[in-house]
Amino acid sequence: MMKAWFKSGSPWIWMTAGAVSLNLILVVGLLLLIAVRGLGHFWPADIIEYRYQDRDGPESAIIGEAVATSLLPAAQARAAGHELLDNGEYLVQHLVKTGNRDILGSDFRWIQQQYIHAQSTPDDLIMVERREWGNFYGRLLAVKEDGAVIAQGEQAWQIAQQKLATVLEQHDEIDSLQDHEVGAINYELERLRLKQRGLELKNAWNDAAKQEFTAQKQTYEKQYQVIQQQISKLSKESKRYSLVVAEAGQKEISLPLNRVVKMTRPNTMSVLDKCIEYVGNFATFVSDEPREANTEGGIFPAIFGTVLMVMLMAVVVTPFGVIAAVYLREYAKQGFITRVIRIAVNNLAGVPSIVYGVFGLGFFVYIIGGNIDRLFFPEAAPAPVFGTPGLLWASLTLALMTLPVVIVATEEGLSRIPKSIREGSLALGATKAETLWRTVLPMASPAIMTGLILAVARAAGEVAPLMLVGVVKLAPTLPLDGNFPYLHLDRKFMHLGFHIYDVGFQSPNVEAARPLVYATSLLLVMVIIGLNMFAISIRNNLREKYRALEN
Amino acid sequence: MTEAHSTQTKATLFQTATSDRYQRWRLLKDKMVARGVVAGGLSIILAVVLIFFYLLYVVFPILLPSHAEAVARYDVPEQALGNTVFLSMEEQNEVAVRFTDTGKAIFFSVATGQLIRTEALPVPEQVQITSYAHGGVDKGVIAFGLSDGRAVVVKHDYKLSYPNGKRVITPAIQYPLGTEPLVVDKQGQALTKLAVKLGDKNSTLLAKTADNRMVLSSLSKKESLFDDEATWEATDSVIEMAADEVDFILLDKELRNLYLASRAGDLTVVDILDKSKPEIKHKLNVLNQGVQISSMEFLNGDISLLIGDTSGVMAQWSMVRDQQNHFSIEKLRAFKVSDAPIITINPEQRRKGMLAADANGEIGIYSSTAERELIKEKIAGGKPVSVTLSPRANAMLLQSEDGKINHWTIENEHPEVSWSSLWNKVWYESYPKPDYIWQSSAASNDFEPKMSLTPLVFGTLKASFYAMLMGVPLALFGAIYTGYFMAPSVRQYVKPGVEIMGALPTVILGFLAGLWLAPFVEANLTGIFALLMIVPLSVMVFAYFWQFLPEQARHKIPDGWDAVVLIPVVIFGAWLSFQLSPSIEALCFNGDLRTWMREEFGIGYDQRNTLVVGLAMGFAVIPMIFSIAEDAIFSVPKHLTTGSLALGATPWQTMTKVVLLTASPGIFSAIMIGFGRAVGETMIVLMATGNTAVMDLSIFQGLRTLSANIAVEMPESEVNSTHYRVLFLAALVLFMFTFVVNTLAEVIRQNLRQKYSSL
Repeated sequence: MMKAWFKSGSPWIWMTAGAVSLNLILVVGLLLLIAVRGLGHFWPADIIEYRYQDRDGPESAIIGEAVATSLLPAAQARAAGHELLDNGEYLVQHLVKTGNRDILGSDFRWIQQQYIHAQSTPDDLIMVERREWGNFYGRLLAVKEDGAVIAQGEQAWQIAQQKLATVLEQHDEIDSLQDHEVGAINYELERLRLKQRGLELKNAWNDAAKQEFTAQKQTYEKQYQVIQQQISKLSKESKRYSLVVAEAGQKEISLPLNRVVKMTRPNTMSVLDKCIEYVGNFATFVSDEPREANTEGGIFPAIFGTVLMVMLMAVVVTPFGVIAAVYLREYAKQGFITRVIRIAVNNLAGVPSIVYGVFGLGFFVYIIGGNIDRLFFPEAAPAPVFGTPGLLWASLTLALMTLPVVIVATEEGLSRIPKSIREGSLALGATKAETLWRTVLPMASPAIMTGLILAVARAAGEVAPLMLVGVVKLAPTLPLDGNFPYLHLDRKFMHLGFHIYDVGFQSPNVEAARPLVYATSLLLVMVIIGLNMFAISIRNNLREKYRALEN
Repeated sequence: MTEAHSTQTKATLFQTATSDRYQRWRLLKDKMVARGVVAGGLSIILAVVLIFFYLLYVVFPILLPSHAEAVARYDVPEQALGNTVFLSMEEQNEVAVRFTDTGKAIFFSVATGQLIRTEALPVPEQVQITSYAHGGVDKGVIAFGLSDGRAVVVKHDYKLSYPNGKRVITPAIQYPLGTEPLVVDKQGQALTKLAVKLGDKNSTLLAKTADNRMVLSSLSKKESLFDDEATWEATDSVIEMAADEVDFILLDKELRNLYLASRAGDLTVVDILDKSKPEIKHKLNVLNQGVQISSMEFLNGDISLLIGDTSGVMAQWSMVRDQQNHFSIEKLRAFKVSDAPIITINPEQRRKGMLAADANGEIGIYSSTAERELIKEKIAGGKPVSVTLSPRANAMLLQSEDGKINHWTIENEHPEVSWSSLWNKVWYESYPKPDYIWQSSAASNDFEPKMSLTPLVFGTLKASFYAMLMGVPLALFGAIYTGYFMAPSVRQYVKPGVEIMGALPTVILGFLAGLWLAPFVEANLTGIFALLMIVPLSVMVFAYFWQFLPEQARHKIPDGWDAVVLIPVVIFGAWLSFQLSPSIEALCFNGDLRTWMREEFGIGYDQRNTLVVGLAMGFAVIPMIFSIAEDAIFSVPKHLTTGSLALGATPWQTMTKVVLLTASPGIFSAIMIGFGRAVGETMIVLMATGNTAVMDLSIFQGLRTLSANIAVEMPESEVNSTHYRVLFLAALVLFMFTFVVNTLAEVIRQNLRQKYSSL
C-alpha cells in the first residue's frame, strides 16, 4: 500500500505543493509581521503601574507601557541563573517601557511575572514626550509660571495642556525663524563669501567690490540682529512655564514646558479617543523631523529625500531605457548585436548594487564631480561642491542600476503592439520616426509607465549603493528649499531605506528605536508593494487590450 | 518592414516642390532618430564596458611594477669634514643632511648637492667620537658615543614657512636631551657601540664600552611645577652578559626589548621593561654556518628585525606569541638580495618596506607583507657608504665609495599588494603563524595593513551557499508545482504573490534578520532544526491520509488546489515544531541546545550567524529563482507532456522525465541568477552577520562578505590609497563573478527560447 503510494509519485507532488504553501506563508507572514509591529507603534498604550519586588530588592513601583512578553522554558531560565518560585513550566517575563532615561539610565526594563505583586492603570498617570531623553512616565503634580505654582491637582492637567499649546506655537515660530530666515541669511552670506573668493581668483577684487560687499554684509547682519532679537524674546517667553511631575519613585522633578512635545493620559482615553490619537500620531510620524539621533520624532526628511531622488532618477532613466528598448525592438536586426545587448542588459540587472555604488563614487563623484568643481567652482576650493557624494550622483547611479527594469518592461510592451499598426502607419506615408512617435510610443506608454514604476520601486528600496553616493544619517537641510537655485543637487539627503539601517543598527538606543524602525519599514513596504501592484495591474490591462486588438 | 519603409520614403520624394523642404526635414528627422536610437541601444553595451573598465582603471595601478630612476649624481658636499655615518632627507625631498664621523651635520640640497649650512655638534675638545646610532629613521634622532663614556644626542628638524607664498624649508639641529653630553658610562670608558630611543616621557641609551660592558642609561622626564623647563633623571644599570661579541644593538620604541647580535649570528633578546633589572629572555643563532651578519635594522614599527648577512640574504625575524602565550623569535621570511654581503638596510618610514644595499652597490626595495621584490637596481660608484629613503619613500640618496651622492626617484605606490598578499596566507608581524586576515586600517602609522581577500571571498561563498541551500529547494519545488500542477485560477495569484517578495527592499529583510530573526533563532534553535524534519513529515502524513478520505470530500477540492489545502498543515507543522522543541531539548540536549553544543563539541554561537543569513538571504533569492524556473517549466510545450501522459506515464513521471529535462537549462540559469544575486547581496549580510572576517566553517559563526566589506569601508577609505584600490578590486571581483554567472545564464536562456520555438 505504502509502496504503491510512493511509486505513484503523489507524495512528491504533495511535497512540491508544500513548498508553494511554505513560500506563501513566508510572504504573508513577513508582511503581517511588519504590519503588526509597525502599526502598533502609533497606538497609545495604557500606562501600567506595577508593584514589584524581586529577590533581593525592596518593593518598588514601576510605571510604564507593557511592550512584550517572553516565555522562557524552565530549563533555560535556570541555566541563565533565574529562580522559579512556582516551579512552573515557563519563566514569564515582561518588557516594560519605563521611559525616564535621564533617571533610570535606559528606557526599557525586563520584569518577571512572579515578582509582580499588583498592577493597575490609574487615570492620573501621564506620558510626556520630551525633546530630549525620550518619554517621561509619571504623575503631574503642578504647573508653574516663572517659578510660582499656578495650578495644582486636577486642574493642573487642563492648564498644562493650554500652556503647552502656546509654548508649542512659540517653539514652531522660533523654528521657522531659525530655519527659514536665519538659514536664508547664512546661505546668502556664504554665497557672498564664494563670490568674493571668485573675484579674488580673477584678480577683480577691487575697492568698489569691497565696498559693495561690505554694505551687503552689513544689511544681512542687521537683518540677522533683528531676527535674533525676535528669537531670544520668543525663547524667553517659552521658558516661563514648567511642570512639576513625580516619577514612579515619587521623586519630584521639574520639567520645563518648552522641552515638551506632547503629553497624554492614555488611561483616560476611550477607544475612539485612542483611534483619533493613533491617526494623529501617524500624521506626526510622516510629517515631523527626527529627534534624538533619529530614534524619536518623524521621518519627513527621509520621505522627502527618497521621493526627490527617485523623481530625478526617473527623469534620467526613462529616455535612456525607452530608447534602448526601441532600438532592440524596432530598429535592430535580431542577431548577434541584439544578443549581445540583451546579455548586457541582463548583466546590468545582475551586477550587485554595491558595485554600482563603487562605480558611482569613483566615476560620478570623484571623476565627473571633481572635474566640475575644478572647472566651475574654483572659488569653493578646497571644499568640494559636486566632488562629494550628493543627490545628483545618487540619482544617476540608481538610474544606471534601474535601466534594465525600464528596458525589459518597455520591450515587452513594444513586442505586444501588433505589427499591423506599424504597417498601417508606414503605408499612410509616415516615416519610421513618425510612426514611432505618433503611434508606437503612445501605445506603449502604459508599458513604459510600468517599467518606470518598477524602477522607482526598486530605487526606493535600494540602500547599498546610496551609502556610498550621497545618503547621510541626518541632513541639516532639505535638498529643495527657498534659497536660489531652489533645487540643490549637490546636497546630501536622507533616505527611508538608509534610515532603517541607520536607526536599527547604528543608533545608540536600538531598543527604543525599534518600533520606529518597524513603522518606517511598514511605510516603505507599503509604498513599494503598492507601486508594484499598480505596475502589475497596468501590465495586465495592457495585455488584455492588445489581445483584443490582435483579434 | 524596412523595405516597405524605404519605398515609402522614395515615393515621398516625388511630392510637389513647395513641400520639398518639409519632406527633406522629415527625412532628416527620421535619419537622426534612427541614429539616436542606435546610439542609445549600443550605449547599453557601453555602460557595461564602462563599469568594467572604470573598475579596472582604478585597480590597475596596484598591478603596475615599481621603478626607480637616477636623477642626479654629485660630489659629497664638504667632503673634508669627515666620512658620512648617517644620511637623511626631509618630507619634501628638498633638503638632506649628512652626519659625519667628526661630529658635523651638513645640510645640502637634494637636487644639486649644494651646501645649505654646516653645524658642528657640541663634542667637547680632546674627545673623539667612537660610535654612532640613530633612534629610528623616522624620528630624526642621532646619537654619538664619545671616548669619555658620554654621548651627544641631536635631532635634525625642518621648519616650513611660506614667505611670499613660496615654500622655504629651514633645517635646524635640536638637542632634545640638552646640549651638554650625557654621561652613559660612569667609569668613563669609550662607548664602542650605541643604541638610542627617545620618547616623550622616557628615553633610553644603551652602550657597549671599550672594556666590554653593556651599560643602560634610562632617562625619565621630570617636569618642574614652577617653570617650563624639564630635567631628565637618569637610572643606570648594567646588563650582565659577555659583551665582547656584541656587534649590533637595537632598542625598540616601547623601550621594552633590546636586541643584541654578534657577527657570528648570535641574537640575544633582553627584556628591559624594568630598567634597573634587565633580563635576558631569548638566545639563538639566526644564521647558517659560514655566514655572518653584516647589517641589522628594525622594520617600521620596531616589531621585526631585518638581518642582512654576508651571503646577500635579508631575513625578517619577529617576536611571536603562540597560543600558550610563549614568546619565541621566528623567521617570518627572507629575501635574497644578491650574493654580496648586505651592507646597509634602510626601512621605509611609513610602510612595511625596506631598502637593502649590498657591497657591490646593488640595491633592492622590498615589501615585507607582500613578500616581493619591487625594485632592483645597480648604483654606480662601488660600495655604498650610506643610504637613505625619503619619508614618503619616493626618493633615495646613496653615497658611494667614490665620494659621490646618487639621487634617485622611486615610484612605488602600492608595494603592500601582491598576488600572495591578496590570496595566500601571509605571516604578519606578531602573529603566531601565516594566516588569511582582513584588517585594513588602524589608528597608528606603523600598522601593517592586512588585506587578504580570501576570508571575504570565503565569507561571500559561505553566505551564498547557505542562502542557496535554503532558497533553491523551496523555489524549485514551488516552481515545479506552480508551473505544472497548479490550477490556473490559483496560479494567477500565487505567481505575482511570490514575485512581489522579490520587490521587498533587502534593507527590510536585513533589518528583520538582524533584529527579529537573530534573537528568535537564538531562542528557538531547536525549533528551527525541528522544523526541517516536522514540516515535511506532517505534509507527508497529511498526504498519506488524504487518499483514505471519502471520494466526495476529496472531490470538493479541485485539482491543483493542493497548495492551498496544505497551508494549515504547514502552519500546524511549524507550530508543532516549536511546541515540541523544549521537550526535544530536555530529552536530547540537557535542556539547552546551545550550552550542549558548547560543552560537548566546543561550538560557539554568535547571535548574528550564517544560519540567520542563510534563512534571510534564502528568502531573498526565492522569488528570483522561482520566477525564472517557473517560466521555464510553464513554457514547456504542452504536446510533450500530453504525449507522455498518453503513453501511460504518471504525472510525476512526466514531470521528472519530460518537463524537468526539457526545462533543465532554464532551471540551471535560474539557479545561476539566484546565486549571482546572493553573492552580491549587501544589506542582508551587512545587518545579519557580525561582519567579522573569520574563516570558519561553522554555521553558528558570523562572516564578512566582499559586498558588506565595501559598504563598511569604502566611505572611510582615502581616495587612491592602496586600501581604496583593493576595495575596487573587491568590487571588480564581484562584477566579474556576476558577469560570468549572468552571461552564462542568459546565453543558456536564449538557447532554450530558440529550442522551444522550434519544438
